[in-house]
Amino acid sequence: MIPEMTETAVRRTRVVIAKPGLDGHDRGAKVIARALRDAGLEVIYTGLRQSPEQIVAAAAQEDADVIGLSILSGAHLPICRRIVELLRERSMDSVRVFVGGIIPAQDLAELKQLGIAGVFLPGASTQDVVRAIQNPAPGP
Amino acid sequence: MSKLLQEKDASGAAADARFTTISGRSVAAVYRPQDTRELDYARDLADPGQFPYTRGIHETMYRGKVWTMRQFAGFGSAAQTNARFKYLLEHGGGGLSVAFDLPTLMGRDPDHPLSLGEVGKCGVAVSSLRDMETLFEGIPLDKVTTSMTINSPAAMLLAFYILVGEQEGVGPEALAGTLQADILKEFIAQKEYIYPPRPSMRIVVDMIRYCTEQMPKWNTISISGYHIREAGATAAQELAFTLRDGIEYVQWCVDAGMDVDSFAPRLSFFFNSHSDFFEEIAKFRAARRIWARTMRERFHAKNPRSWMLRFHTQTAGVSLTAQQPYNNVVRTALQALAGVLGGTQSLHTNSLDEALALPTEAAATIALRTQQIIAHESGVANAADPLGGSWLVEKLTSDIEVEALDYFRRIDAMGGMVAAVERGYPQREIQESAFRFQQAVERKDKVIVGVNEYVMQEKPQPILYIDEQVADEQVARIVALRASRDQARVDRALAALKDAARGTSNLMPPILEASRAYATVGEMCDALREVFGEYEEQPIF
Repeated sequence: MIPEMTETAVRRTRVVIAKPGLDGHDRGAKVIARALRDAGLEVIYTGLRQSPEQIVAAAAQEDADVIGLSILSGAHLPICRRIVELLRERSMDSVRVFVGGIIPAQDLAELKQLGIAGVFLPGASTQDVVRAIQNPAPGP
Repeated sequence: MSKLLQEKDASGAAADARFTTISGRSVAAVYRPQDTRELDYARDLADPGQFPYTRGIHETMYRGKVWTMRQFAGFGSAAQTNARFKYLLEHGGGGLSVAFDLPTLMGRDPDHPLSLGEVGKCGVAVSSLRDMETLFEGIPLDKVTTSMTINSPAAMLLAFYILVGEQEGVGPEALAGTLQADILKEFIAQKEYIYPPRPSMRIVVDMIRYCTEQMPKWNTISISGYHIREAGATAAQELAFTLRDGIEYVQWCVDAGMDVDSFAPRLSFFFNSHSDFFEEIAKFRAARRIWARTMRERFHAKNPRSWMLRFHTQTAGVSLTAQQPYNNVVRTALQALAGVLGGTQSLHTNSLDEALALPTEAAATIALRTQQIIAHESGVANAADPLGGSWLVEKLTSDIEVEALDYFRRIDAMGGMVAAVERGYPQREIQESAFRFQQAVERKDKVIVGVNEYVMQEKPQPILYIDEQVADEQVARIVALRASRDQARVDRALAALKDAARGTSNLMPPILEASRAYATVGEMCDALREVFGEYEEQPIF
């Protein structure tokens, strides 16, 4: 049994789930948002067609620990570069950014170099995503 | 037997989950004549080519002509896609099908901030008539049929196509093809909407009227379940929402004063063929029966062509796995076979690498060959509706029909599909089904080979990679276009388009004039945004 904890003792991880770019295929984003909520995380879903500026502003406003981006269209590199840049400008480097979607293998190295905390490819289970978000890897 | 199955056999409840379709429908161990005893052959089935067309819309089906092998293609620049089109036509593809990139689909020019990273990625970038001229360079438009998957800016792309035909000396009356232009399923599933539902419907009605008067060989709209299914709907939900969308378009056109038999014969449908073989075949058969009865009884259509549901099929992209991608050839072949046994008029088979990227030429070739093998080697095209009379298939057909008609009643009670969409009803139903399926996969109630069972280490698959240079070139092209055209003519045309939008006259003529003046997709859509406003959905999950 887990001992009972009061709300003040534990701050629930706050996650902003966003669909950047022009794509509207939101099945994955919504399934992930719901699975994270069911796992006890605080989830804010931005809705469709958010610019990097809007996503980072939402993360700041919601005091988010994590940004989860769902990108299927191939626009991941320019979008992630811009989001990382904006987080740095606003001294929000501690916000972990995850990407889920269709990401060619040859782009994984650049995403890692940008500081993206994790990439989920087709076939990943919602439990993989929940675990990665709940248990941050030890810092460098 | 695997460990997984043995464990499930031990617990009765879990074992049942294995004997359901991919949509969660229970399937009995065996079907008998009494399961179909309520069916009357003449009333409910009839011979192929006879009302209610359950068994197909043509008397001899594929003996007259096999289905059209129509492979959806588009990537990068118009010139790159033009080369792929020519390749497909040379290798026995019977028709063209254009995939546009997201800026085009969303009515944005390539240099708009939201187009960042999207240009030429998911399809071909067509920003103005100039790109359309390049896309069809060397392709005689009176010899091919072309399907264009475009919705919110459908009227603009149709105008570009008409104008390319005009340049080639082919009039609109000779152009044959299909415009998707199904805006309702965008609100329901794919979410490529721009304007709110009601002005969006007005644009569709204007296009249907224009095509009915000017383009007798053109399929004015392709009412699509494909995207509804991909978003997570069950087979019955796909069927119900698609056909109810169809009813909505017919109702709006009738309400606008059009005679049902003037436009209904040119309506077409587009379904998904998913992995559950018999359920899909039953879905296609049920679709024809429901549509025929709806058109005759609800709309009093008199022309048999108004009763016939003609449809395109695409195999289920969502079923493809990134893992062990060659397995996708097998999945696609089975899904394609279901489409053929269901009586499709045209078919797109997905390529094995589409869970990873847009297809390579080699992968697209195998996909086309898959159809050719079904058509020419398997023998399934010899007899019409070969599974008609199967107790299982007939029972599934009737059950899916009942489920779809139940959705019709609920949506009618809400005041129709536009009203149902405005309150988020089909959206929530689909979202719920998508989540349930994901849970079933994670519990391994549904096995996906290579993903949750039979997993192995593998080597990376070579993919088609669209580099960022395509975007820079497209931006350069549009900047050059804007500098070279008669700007005063563009401004006048865009002002006329806004005036028409504020009034009630047909939007097609001003869109044609603006297109002729080389106004861009983004500029024309912005003109309409100014008048109609933009739609934003409630972000719920």
